[in-house]
Amino acid sequence: MNCTEFLSKLTDYFDGQIDPSLLAEVKAHLGACHHCEVVVDTTRKTIDVYRGAAAYEFPQELADRLRAAVMERCRATGKLPDIKTK
Amino acid sequence: MALQTTTVAKDPQHPIDLAGGAVTQTEVSPDLMLVERARAGDSAAFEQLVLQYERQIFRTALHITQNREDAEDITQDVFFKAFQKLNQFQGNSKFSTWLVRIAVNESLMRLRKRRSSKTVSIDQDVETDGGSIPRDFAEWRPNPEQNYSQAQLAEILRRTIAGLPPGFRTVFTLRDIENLSTEETAAALGLSVPAVKSRLLRARLQLRERLSRYFRRNEASE
Repeated sequence: MNCTEFLSKLTDYFDGQIDPSLLAEVKAHLGACHHCEVVVDTTRKTIDVYRGAAAYEFPQELADRLRAAVMERCRATGKLPDIKTK
Repeated sequence: MALQTTTVAKDPQHPIDLAGGAVTQTEVSPDLMLVERARAGDSAAFEQLVLQYERQIFRTALHITQNREDAEDITQDVFFKAFQKLNQFQGNSKFSTWLVRIAVNESLMRLRKRRSSKTVSIDQDVETDGGSIPRDFAEWRPNPEQNYSQAQLAEILRRTIAGLPPGFRTVFTLRDIENLSTEETAAALGLSVPAVKSRLLRARLQLRERLSRYFRRNEASE
């Protein structure tokens, strides 16, 4: 397996969906190719840092305001006769 | 329209649903029960659905549009449209996936309006491999994010993802940030699973390359 072939399997490798018959080849390539090892490590960190960090704030005040606006628009349609909200 | 007693099939790859509960073959999704109550005019049931998914919809819209005001408008529009179309929701997919699909469509439409001279679609710029071939093989510091304040890190992440074409940005947002499965992402975007995988790979590699500028180990000082 060369680097291009390895990269083509990277998504399945990350998602744990790689064909078992290919897994040994992938691991062998990773063990022998420092560049691909770095790509795997830093790509995993890329995903982790986006998952872990709140790139965008969603303050409670905004959440409450948006929800109130949505509910007001929905009630204005007359399709929500029941007014038992929180 | 009465809701059919739909059950949600268990996905062996993703046994936990987005609301955080286990989904089994015989369990009726809590979302479907809320939908049914909302259809019957229960305001509290619909408000609960908004409460559960407003954060996800807002973040998705903001990641795609990169504009906070647009994301606020889109969040409102998504839930209002969902409310108007509740009878069309058949329960064949998760309610959250259905909402995300509306959010993606609304977000792309908003981008089109903003860039009126340019077509913006989920396919934009995805035919190129530019930037997707790894070039930077530097190792990163063990905990690179700790070298920045929370505000600085958020700015780096925003600036970096904003540089991706919308088609890549959207796939990465749904799959890696919002944690949808590949199949759910494909359903939400109207793409095939192989297309999602291909775009996800390129999005991840492009982001990695861009973040490497900030996070790489500074060999001169170590």
